Amino acid sequence: MINENIIECKDLNKYYSGVHALKNLSLKIKKDSVVGLIGDNGAGKSTLIKILSGAHSPDSGHIYFEGNEVKFKSTKEAMNLGIETIYQYSALIPQMSIARNIFIGREQTTFSLGSIGLMKTKSMDKAAMDALNDVELHLRSPDTPVNQLSGGERQGVVIARAMYFKSKVLILDEPTNHLSVKETNKVLRFVEGLKKQGVTSIFITHNLSHVYPIADHLCVMARGEKIADLAKEDTNIDELTDLLVNG
Amino acid sequence: MFVVIMTGFFIANENFLSARNIRIVMGITPEYIIVAIGIAILMISGEFDLSVGSVFALVPMTMVQLVHQGMPPWVAIALGLSIGIAVGFVNGFITLRFGIPSFIATLGMLYIARSLTTVATGGFPPPFPHELPNELFVFQFEVFRASLFWMLGVAFIAGIMLHRSNLGNWIYSTGGDTAAASSMGIKTNNVKMFCFILCGFLAGFAGMIQTFRIEAPLPSQGYLLELESIAAAVIGGVSLFGGVGTIFGAAIGAILIRFLESGIIMARIDAEWFRAGLGSLIIISVVFNTWVVRRGENMVHKNQAEENENSSQKNESVTESKDD
Repeated sequence: MINENIIECKDLNKYYSGVHALKNLSLKIKKDSVVGLIGDNGAGKSTLIKILSGAHSPDSGHIYFEGNEVKFKSTKEAMNLGIETIYQYSALIPQMSIARNIFIGREQTTFSLGSIGLMKTKSMDKAAMDALNDVELHLRSPDTPVNQLSGGERQGVVIARAMYFKSKVLILDEPTNHLSVKETNKVLRFVEGLKKQGVTSIFITHNLSHVYPIADHLCVMARGEKIADLAKEDTNIDELTDLLVNG
Repeated sequence: MFVVIMTGFFIANENFLSARNIRIVMGITPEYIIVAIGIAILMISGEFDLSVGSVFALVPMTMVQLVHQGMPPWVAIALGLSIGIAVGFVNGFITLRFGIPSFIATLGMLYIARSLTTVATGGFPPPFPHELPNELFVFQFEVFRASLFWMLGVAFIAGIMLHRSNLGNWIYSTGGDTAAASSMGIKTNNVKMFCFILCGFLAGFAGMIQTFRIEAPLPSQGYLLELESIAAAVIGGVSLFGGVGTIFGAAIGAILIRFLESGIIMARIDAEWFRAGLGSLIIISVVFNTWVVRRGENMVHKNQAEENENSSQKNESVTESKDD
């Protein structure tokens, strides 16, 4: 393989109105792996993903995607390269149908004038159902509004969306927050499935027990710094807990 | 509800559904439907416009005064309509640029546009210049006026745009959850701006039709129309919080209000009761809509609660077996 790191960050720094939120962070993420990014609240996890997803830009440092340096000006640019971010709360529009949610901003259209055109609803509905089946999420109809789905099913829809658009990297921000145990297991299964399909995922959480079983690599953050970066074989849950608690 | 009200008034006065009354009501309703469509789209995108009533008067007044200044009628119409567009743009610009509620920005515009209309009359409503091609917009056919067809055209285009085009998808997502929409790469401010402009344009267009119909530009026309059109949208199922509603619903809401007005008169009830009827209609329909939505949600939550219960029971059994 020419370059086995799909994302590489070098010396990223970010300040928010005087607060040094990210301090000289360097990180390498291997292709087709599940990386668990753990840390307590305020450790800088959110800042890091905002930078990787293109929502914010770093004050200094470099990001390399598949070996080339990239500077994202918007989330759209990162999405076009194949980096899709699933935010904690705001990933789906509750009142809209599953199919419409999957295609927000990337609708299949015909008779287009510029960027505006008629939506091919039938083909979008079918694609939506296929995408859901691909992540083993079996829902009745693509017309179901998202607010009628359970928390785990919603995460499934979001993951199906990322898969459908051939994302190479999926960043999941606390995907298991506020979910029941059963729903959490569903989400973990979705993420395991991603790896098989050649998608790299970065799983952000403060709950080690969720990410540990499925992660290949674990990265611990505290106070804006990376304090540990370990392959799963080289560590165990007690060491990680200790790092997480004592920083 | 539509059926109930219509039958009620039909019983009160059998002329209510006569061709003549339908002709009268359908002669005036298209104007209100067009405004309600603009408002509905804007509300779906998550914003308000309280200035539509004033724009409804300002746009035709501008046209009439421009024709009196010797301008060719079609140029006057184009300039008048662009005033509607400009007001929509200013509403959107103030709301989005300064991050203030559109309620406030357009409340200000309500007074400004109304004041400009009165100033433009110079104190006396001008006569209607017959150079203006009013027949094209309001010609009376057997039962319907030409305005009905204009309204159907507007409703058709708006319906396609909102329900079938990707732009419609962006409007719903912007109103449903602005943060989520922009994280998916939707330029939510541009979407909202488009809806503000469309709403201003449609309000002006509808005002033009009314002036052409009554052949008199009145500075007071469209008074309280902003609230009536929000009422029409809400009665038709458009949510005050954005993200929910249909063009068809808003149109039905507007028709219902006009038939309510006509029905009260036909039933020989004191016309002053119209507003009481409208008020009750608004409250009843929103309570009803909310009740339907709640019922739907409760059913879902019940299912989820059952699921969670099952899973927590499983957990308990897991912990128990560990203890063993």
